Amino acid sequence: MKILIMGATSAIAKATARLYAETGAELFLIARNEVRLEELVADLDVRGAKISGHLTLDISKTAGHKKALETVLSSLEKIDLALICHGDLPDQAACENSFKVAQKAINVNGLSTISLLTIFADIFKTQGFGSIAVITSVAGDRGRQPNFVYGASKALVSTYLQGLRGALLPHGVHVIDIKPGLVDSPMTAAFEKGPLWSSPELVAKSIVKGVSKKRLVIYTPGYWRLIMMVVVSIPELIFQRLKF
Amino acid sequence: MILDSWGRYPRTIATVLEPLDGPALRRLLQAHASEGKIIPRGAGRSYGDSALAELVMSSRFLDGFLSLDSENGIIHCGAGVSLDSVLRVVIPKQLFVPVLPGSKFVTVGGAIAADVHGKNHHIAGSFCDHIVGFNLLLSSGEAVYCSETENTELFHASCGGMGLTGIILDAKLKLQSVPGVFINRRSIVSENLASTFEILEDNNTNTYSVAWLDCLAQGESLGRSLIFLGNHASNPNFETRTRRGINVPVTTPSFLLNKYSMGLFNSSYFNLKKLLHKSDTVNYDSYFFPLDNIGNWNRLYGRDGFLQYQFVVPSETALESITEVLKKVSAAGKGSFLSVLKKFGKANKNWLSFPLEGYTLTLDFKREKSLFPLLDKLDEIVLKHSGRLYLAKDARMTESTFKQSYPNWEKFLELKKSIDPENIFGSLQSDRVGLTVENDRKENKGRKKA
Repeated sequence: MKILIMGATSAIAKATARLYAETGAELFLIARNEVRLEELVADLDVRGAKISGHLTLDISKTAGHKKALETVLSSLEKIDLALICHGDLPDQAACENSFKVAQKAINVNGLSTISLLTIFADIFKTQGFGSIAVITSVAGDRGRQPNFVYGASKALVSTYLQGLRGALLPHGVHVIDIKPGLVDSPMTAAFEKGPLWSSPELVAKSIVKGVSKKRLVIYTPGYWRLIMMVVVSIPELIFQRLKF
Repeated sequence: MILDSWGRYPRTIATVLEPLDGPALRRLLQAHASEGKIIPRGAGRSYGDSALAELVMSSRFLDGFLSLDSENGIIHCGAGVSLDSVLRVVIPKQLFVPVLPGSKFVTVGGAIAADVHGKNHHIAGSFCDHIVGFNLLLSSGEAVYCSETENTELFHASCGGMGLTGIILDAKLKLQSVPGVFINRRSIVSENLASTFEILEDNNTNTYSVAWLDCLAQGESLGRSLIFLGNHASNPNFETRTRRGINVPVTTPSFLLNKYSMGLFNSSYFNLKKLLHKSDTVNYDSYFFPLDNIGNWNRLYGRDGFLQYQFVVPSETALESITEVLKKVSAAGKGSFLSVLKKFGKANKNWLSFPLEGYTLTLDFKREKSLFPLLDKLDEIVLKHSGRLYLAKDARMTESTFKQSYPNWEKFLELKKSIDPENIFGSLQSDRVGLTVENDRKENKGRKKA
């Protein structure tokens, strides 16, 4: 299996890559932090992966996307799975106080992914098979006071994926939207963890399963589907007063 | 956050630092050194307070492999890599970890710091006997490579040194080639303690051996046990295995574990095994890690947690002292859910390592007030017979007990003073047993405050 991972050093991406490595998959990794990327390459190699290449890239800068993906294609030739994992949890208050900060957050979590998807759509249409998997968030299901800028950018991607899925269906391309709940990772280091929190390793397992079963939208862990069903069904009149 | 280890006692408030890589670890160390003692922590699988301090440096994200040399059987990995991960990587290469403790979830860094042992100690020694070397980050921020030949003193102080000399960043482990990962297991029933010892002695050429003791049996049957012997099967099977075990989702009320339920469990387990087959072949996973199959089994002991009491006594008086311990436990009306007896081979050169030639017994007790006086009495028996307690399990031994039973403590303290004069590294345990005494810190009050 030939797999491209964007934002490969993120906790969820790393855990997922390790699962694929055990199966002997061929991986191409892209991430921003060079030191950690190189550490990951060595790690995945020991775990059984064939590393066909890696690239240091700030994915939030969309100008570099096209060239980067050309490099990927020249070494992978075809892509069975493209997994988009990069992202960043912004400070909500800072986003509300400054459009610049909000814009940056929306760019990292939303627009840069759309840029990648635009190029992927083209590549996958041409090859006529494969899966595009994107990590969004349950936060995209409804705008909540503590993180609606992050939520809005994830919602942007989720909505985009709904349309893209249909557009790519006739070409035999599978699009999966992965919505993790609360995950104990470096991105959420500042939070006090409770019983609803899960690990990157657990999320990784459901990603691998979701991709192989060609699921369309997965919530991980699964109980988040129920939680979000309840959250979404609360009437706006009441929801506007909720602070969670 | 509120933090505890596997025994869930004691609990403390700690700041947990989770660096993403070596440089980040160094930065965090420098930034927080003035805020309190720092202790490195792996999977949190030690039982008491060895991995508890005001500041805890977690190896959670130092969990990558650096390289695998399958020809020479050497794996190089980050301190936070679990033995489970190591096994999954090396088994397909027909290699195996030479020493495995009772849980595969422990990290390599933690296994070195506690110099853990396994069911083959009488043949293979302890974990650090298979460590080629490791990079240790000192309190000064400098990283040094320690091995049998480089920084030898630091190597022997850090192997079994409970994280008090510095932070292990990564380590090289020598692997072992095995005929396969299935284990031929034979069980033998012994009707009393003397015969348990005899059977263990007679079978010490078996690679793995351990005795499960029915600690509630009394009188004639005191020390009756099931002895499990194991050897690698010649069947060349190198499959890794993940079992889907059960999980204990919530903390159960501790009254469920009382002397009646434990007595029932112990005697029925004993009698059942007696009736059933005596030898079989099992996967390494079920042979070495039966308890890992029950996720969060420590929750069964209730909210107050439990203490695991593990001691070793020299062979000469082992029968006598262990009989004394078992009688004391039974006279106090306490029971242990799991009691495990194991024969140790020779001690190694590491300064604070636990194993010494003799027998080690492990007992689990749920924590209750009346337990502590009993354990103090057991300490007396152990000390009288020149034995000692395992630091990785301990949550309560006194400074004097520690110093009487670990003769190298002075040497250790001297080295510690030279490499970490301000006691930047320390744990609740090291304070308690007098390895990082508060006074030292006050003398050095002049140290920089950020």
